Amino acid sequence: MGRYVLRRLLQLIPVFLGTTFLIYALVWAIPQDPFSGKCGQRPCDPAYIAEMSQKLNLNDPLLIQYFKYLGNLLTGDFGTTFNGVSVGEQIGTSWPITLKLGIIALVIEAIIGITAGILTGLRKQGFLDNLVLVSTLFLISLPVFVTGFVLRLYLGPQGFDFMDTSVSSDPTIGELILPGFVLGSLSMAYVARLTRTSIVENRRSDYVRTAIAKGQPQTRVVGIHLLRNSLIPVITFLGTDLGSLMGGAIVTEGVFNINGIGGLIFRGIQEKEGVMVTGIVTLLVLVYLLASLLVDLLYAVLDPRIRYE
Amino acid sequence: MTQPLLEVEDLHVEFRTRDGVAKVLNGVSYHVSAGETLAVLGESGSGKSVTAQTIMGILDMPPAFITKGSIKFRGEDLLTRSAEERRQVRGEGIAMIFQDALSALNPVFTVGFQIEEQLKVRRGMSKADARKRAIELLDQVKIPNAKGRVSDYPHQFSGGMRQRAMIAMSLALDPELLIADEPTTALDVTVQAQIMDLLAEIQKEREMGMILITHDLGVVADVADRISVMYAGRIVEHADVYELFRAPGHPYTESLLESLPRLDLKGQELKTIKGLPPSLTNIPPGCPFNPRCPRAFDRCVSEVPAVHNLGMGRTSRCHIAEEVVARG
Repeated sequence: MGRYVLRRLLQLIPVFLGTTFLIYALVWAIPQDPFSGKCGQRPCDPAYIAEMSQKLNLNDPLLIQYFKYLGNLLTGDFGTTFNGVSVGEQIGTSWPITLKLGIIALVIEAIIGITAGILTGLRKQGFLDNLVLVSTLFLISLPVFVTGFVLRLYLGPQGFDFMDTSVSSDPTIGELILPGFVLGSLSMAYVARLTRTSIVENRRSDYVRTAIAKGQPQTRVVGIHLLRNSLIPVITFLGTDLGSLMGGAIVTEGVFNINGIGGLIFRGIQEKEGVMVTGIVTLLVLVYLLASLLVDLLYAVLDPRIRYE
Repeated sequence: MTQPLLEVEDLHVEFRTRDGVAKVLNGVSYHVSAGETLAVLGESGSGKSVTAQTIMGILDMPPAFITKGSIKFRGEDLLTRSAEERRQVRGEGIAMIFQDALSALNPVFTVGFQIEEQLKVRRGMSKADARKRAIELLDQVKIPNAKGRVSDYPHQFSGGMRQRAMIAMSLALDPELLIADEPTTALDVTVQAQIMDLLAEIQKEREMGMILITHDLGVVADVADRISVMYAGRIVEHADVYELFRAPGHPYTESLLESLPRLDLKGQELKTIKGLPPSLTNIPPGCPFNPRCPRAFDRCVSEVPAVHNLGMGRTSRCHIAEEVVARG
């Protein structure tokens, strides 16, 4: 197991380098002058261009640029934007908000999705089953921004005034529940369906029949024997989903006006702030890689048949 | 004679599916006493396992429906009991082991956990006591180094060891009756013999009743006291094991015995039973075996044979049972 973890960690290095290089190259290789529009209507002052090019190593070949950037990154320096704002600081304030939002979304999708999946998996073809199948299909087919706008509008003061849907600049958990629900809604539908299928498959398995034949109470047959096996694929999905949720937060954050990295990255792309975009995407790549490593390790814990040598 | 431990009487079960009604059991009756081994013999689809599952109460209902009959355990009809009372009987009164121990044991729990679970949940034993007892049980089924292996997972056991673990688990609550559903079919021949010996030994030691479901005549000869031969959801012959091997009382049993490979007939073509077992959605009229029976005559097609009593508890559902036995 120890060797496996080490090997997996080592594998992360080329993946990390490859992905971040791609991002760096894509951002800086835009076939346009990076300084166009940076200085208002006028073209930029040559002295400014020279200074910034020097600062961003724009005169070096791409590969050298990238490694210089990476070197700074490893010392914790995310660099500055064109107007001199520290990217590290910006990420520092918005990152926790998105992380919070992502985790809330994950918890909501896990709780609702798994519960719905279990209930419907055990009672196939009932009213509840049809309700869940139809509503998950509905959620899957709706784009997140539609779900977001509709919920925000109808639950908020302009609609049925059910709750305050505005989110402050330093949001509390309570404020993030609705956005979290919206963000997690798509995956929630997948989790519900995945759990349902898994339960339906395993219900008829031999070991469940054995547990029944042993005279174990129904609650244990389902809660211990059936669930433990059925949730393995679901947990795998949930683990990898955290990365996607954080990357996907860009839309939800836009709809709810949340000060997360989604807004940062959006503005970064719009204003061609390459340093900002690469910084954030690099962080997202890291989250993704660590989450998938965690899932792989968790998998071995959940399913003892899998042994990593 | 004392009251039998288990008495199955005229059991009828059918499966109602979209493709029609399959009459899987059509009046099965057998009984087992404490300390006795009954072998239930038959081809796949003859209803041996369904009978066992009906006794255990682990049949999926629906699609299965029990349309008639009774299952008396210690004189009380299980079919009239509530679901909770039936659950109490499982494991404690009647335990069951299955054909494929790898899939029958839960892959994500240790063997120890699966044995201890019975003791903790059903007997309220403490964790430490349950562990101790689990090791004892594994020891009883002759798993070497039981103490070291109790926290292994099923996939870490060999096929034979897994079946032993399964047996240990079934013995956890000291059942009075053990149903072994083809316990050795998935195993190597040498391991098969070991498992059968173990089952026979345990059965004798504990004075348990045992129902051994199998399609293997060789297995039967060694361990069984009596044999019930099933065909198309009916018991076609019921006899003492020596009597049956000496002189089968039903043409089906006769054909089964003839289809066993024999050393003295080496080089000759092995006899087989022609044709296939009948479809249970469409059982032929008369004796269900008549399309394949070498001794069939016109009455076999028109009339379902009644149970012929051949003496000494021996019965056969054949119009010419007496003749078949005599010729044996």
